Amino acid sequence: MKKTNIDVVYVAKLARLALSAEEIERLGAQLNGIIDYVSELNEVDTSAVEPTSHVLPLKNVYREDKAGPSLPVDEVLKNAPSKEDGFFKVPKVIE
Amino acid sequence: MDELYSLTCGQIRKLYNSNKVSPAEVAESVLKRIDAVDGKIGALVNVNKDSIKSQLLSIKDKKNGAFYGIPVVIKDNICVKGEGTTCASLILKDFRPPYSATVIERLRQEGAVLIGKANMDEFAFGSSCETSCYGPTKNPWDLNRIPGGSSGGSAASVCADETIAALGSDTGGSIRQPASLCGVVGLKPTYGRVSRYGLIAFASSLDQIGPITKNIEDAAILMNVIAGYDPKDSTSAKIPVPDYTKSLVNDVKGLKIGIPKEYFVEGLDREVEAAVKEAIKKLESLGARCDEVSLPHTRYAVSAYYIIAPAEASSNLARFDGVRYGLRSRGPKAANQHLIDMYKETRAEGFGNEAKRRIILGTYVLSSGYYDAYYLKALKVRTKIKEDLDNVFKEFDCVLTPTSPTPAFKIGEKLNDPLSMYLSDIFTIPVNLAGIPAISMPCGFTAGGLPAGLQLMAKPFGEETLFKVAYTYEQNTQWHKRKPRL
Amino acid sequence: MDYEIVIGLEVHIHLNTASKMFCGCSTKFGGQPNTQTCPVCLGLPGVLPVINEKAVVLAIKTALALNCKIARFTKFDRKHYFYPDLPKNFQISQYDKPLSYEGFLEIDVGSSVKKIGLTRIHLEEDAGKLIHREHGDSSMVDYNRTGIPLLEVVTEPDLRSPQEAYEFLVTLKNSVEYLDVSDCNMEEGSLRCDANISVRPLGQKTLGVKTEIKNMNSFKAVRLALEYESGRQIGLLGEGKEIVQETRLWDGALQATSSMRSKEEAHDYRYFPEPDLLPIVPDEMLIEETMRGLPEMPRRRRQRLIEIYELSEYDASILAREKKLADFFEETVREVNKPKIVVNWITGDLLGILNEKGLSLGDICFGPGDLAQILTMIGDGTLSGKQAKELLKEAVETKKRPADIVKQKGLSQITDEAAIEGAVDKVLSMNQKAAGDFKAGKEAALAFLVGQVMKETKGKASPAIVNQTLRKRLI
Repeated sequence: MKKTNIDVVYVAKLARLALSAEEIERLGAQLNGIIDYVSELNEVDTSAVEPTSHVLPLKNVYREDKAGPSLPVDEVLKNAPSKEDGFFKVPKVIE
Repeated sequence: MDELYSLTCGQIRKLYNSNKVSPAEVAESVLKRIDAVDGKIGALVNVNKDSIKSQLLSIKDKKNGAFYGIPVVIKDNICVKGEGTTCASLILKDFRPPYSATVIERLRQEGAVLIGKANMDEFAFGSSCETSCYGPTKNPWDLNRIPGGSSGGSAASVCADETIAALGSDTGGSIRQPASLCGVVGLKPTYGRVSRYGLIAFASSLDQIGPITKNIEDAAILMNVIAGYDPKDSTSAKIPVPDYTKSLVNDVKGLKIGIPKEYFVEGLDREVEAAVKEAIKKLESLGARCDEVSLPHTRYAVSAYYIIAPAEASSNLARFDGVRYGLRSRGPKAANQHLIDMYKETRAEGFGNEAKRRIILGTYVLSSGYYDAYYLKALKVRTKIKEDLDNVFKEFDCVLTPTSPTPAFKIGEKLNDPLSMYLSDIFTIPVNLAGIPAISMPCGFTAGGLPAGLQLMAKPFGEETLFKVAYTYEQNTQWHKRKPRL
Repeated sequence: MDYEIVIGLEVHIHLNTASKMFCGCSTKFGGQPNTQTCPVCLGLPGVLPVINEKAVVLAIKTALALNCKIARFTKFDRKHYFYPDLPKNFQISQYDKPLSYEGFLEIDVGSSVKKIGLTRIHLEEDAGKLIHREHGDSSMVDYNRTGIPLLEVVTEPDLRSPQEAYEFLVTLKNSVEYLDVSDCNMEEGSLRCDANISVRPLGQKTLGVKTEIKNMNSFKAVRLALEYESGRQIGLLGEGKEIVQETRLWDGALQATSSMRSKEEAHDYRYFPEPDLLPIVPDEMLIEETMRGLPEMPRRRRQRLIEIYELSEYDASILAREKKLADFFEETVREVNKPKIVVNWITGDLLGILNEKGLSLGDICFGPGDLAQILTMIGDGTLSGKQAKELLKEAVETKKRPADIVKQKGLSQITDEAAIEGAVDKVLSMNQKAAGDFKAGKEAALAFLVGQVMKETKGKASPAIVNQTLRKRLI
């Protein structure tokens, strides 16, 4: 079995997670071990098997198209780390 | 009156009905108990001392409520409007949701008294309650040991009589395993039986909220309150909720119980094994038929789970970015911060090690080039695991296994070996993957005085069977009457 | 070297449901920031989405009208990327099992008709609005728009010119309006468009390197941007340079596209099936019913207007551009069976007044019955043409019934010959020079005299009779 070598730096970038060099090394080692372990799933023959995304045999679950009250804006912004004039405020997005 | 805190829900209800005590007295007793012991145990992250008075006032017209005047502790990943709900994480340290979970609304409707929030593993990632940003909860049976996780605080508080009942959540065993390690009752309902609206999600296709109580009757009473269809949760089932207390019947004659051979292998603690085997004998003596069955894909459950759960978790945790609520990094880069830095630093500061580990793992198995090999493959193995159980339930009424391969281990013992920690969920995980209900209850003690637990599984929406078998076993044993010395 | 331009479009359309895709917040445009949000569309911890049934129904209706196949089994997926206007940092969209696929839309290219393939039409939720302040280091976020149901229409790369792309958008908007599933208003953001464009030497089968163009705020901008970009690409290739596959933004002020400054990495959206939502198995009966209930689409309507009313292509096109207009026409003709006259009044006079005032048909109270009234009054001589035109304007402005205005203002045309003769005699006596000029052969003098009589009668005399009477007198 090929030894796993996760590109932790790339994955951390996808996940918007800053990691120290120490973390990258430690996590890399731990995660490679975990991935090696879970790769045992390859032993299972799933060629004729459908994936289970939902355990319940439900479908067509809807709600009626009716507009109702929204959250008052002060409740909306109550937990905001930074706000102004009714907006959430974030560091400028560079386009 | 001092020992009101040590009673069960069923016992307190009788006292209310005969006007022997008031909810205020019960609440006071519980609060005094918390003051006396929680310093040692650390089960609660918040106690509602200030709101108790107003809660007692508002339940005055709810005397007929199914949970009238009963103190209940809520795991800190279940939203309570206006109250701190943090998932034991720094990233939600000061978060107060503007809404309550459906289960909370139902509890309030039935007159419950919310005592406080319970400690847990951060975002429910863990089996020991050690990854909490507040520090670990201790096992009331041995303060050097973990209470189990992730609903460690809920289980410990029930065990130590800091509350009459508690709510926990279970994704891979997080209700059942701590219940087992603390010698109390814990039920994970069928997926879709209890609304997830307001439960801060870990793995959306696996999570369920459930009761943690001192005995089987209390679990049935609490299930009556929280179970049922919720239009706000698309995955909640429209199946009507029976009165679960009607299943509290002391009779298992003719019931067929399957004992899966794959659960009695090396790695199972000898004393736990012995306790469970005794329990099987007990049930046979009461008229049940216990036969060996096979769940061949059991050994792959942990692997399937540790792909699916982190994948969904990494997705569910993407929203924690410092924009709308929770922590926003104000670190050294803050002054000249670009958006991406804000995201990265906030998440780095806010999440603990286990959370980071699962986020990276989950992101990896969903990423381009790896999705088919890992996530899709795991979903297919999940189908096989579910099929194993469906097949057994064609012939058997329930399945009996140990809940946890070991009794409570020492604090810090498995913290640096994630894989070893993950393997402590080996008996509970298949249940979540299949979406079936399962209950854990005490079935003995080790020589060192640590509880051992047995787990009963049933087919989807088979909670009534679980209650019947569990109640029968409980009524014919004394384990539930033992309390830790604190 | 001759090059062929290859264009594909991705159009996002807001469905006009009352509430959002996954929660009950209102979808009304223009509210104060963050006043139309709730825990669900804000993506607060612990919330869950629930599918808006009407959005699915409208999506199926649109897909059927655009000749698509409806999937027997369809589901939602999570599409992950981090951005402040996306509360969950994933969008609930559809990935590998979209609601509909393999459709087409016919457009006019010169004098022929071209089928533009539609790869897929699927449902998803919209994101919020990010506002960049001119000064300072912050951006502001408004989540009112988050969660509004979007239909994403993806075309095959069948378009061969910026004009075709423009025509496609106009036709698509027209079709969607007929279905009444969206306001299709680019200014309000209920219709957005991104484009993919590449060029290749004429005859080459393989596609060239494509660029994605964003930030085009109008159909015209789409055409301009594609004209610019095709020119840029052809220019580069002509110099022997390579095209970089990238996303470029259209700058309306500079009238050019520019590469997005941030380093362009291919997005890894990490799609997986949305666990909080159950799959959809569209109901067969619903599909059949919807199919049967589809309105006549613009192209067919245009055809029918030409065939039945013998209108010109041009007139029929104008009417068919807006369903309400075509309806207005047909209803008027039902009362006044003079199609050619009716169409002129609508496309000339009525539309003229609306354009002048910046209004649309939906803004006014003036209906087909009102126009029919006016035309009848011309027909029976009650009004002159000029009076009728003024009456139309007044009716539109004041929202009063034409018959009422006529009564009120006593606008009726004077047709009584005796009365007109009186006015004519008066005018002639005061304008003997002009009378003499006309007798001497100056036609223009007659027009002058007619004008004088009209003035004398306060515009009410029937111009025809005035003309007739003057001529009689001046022989």
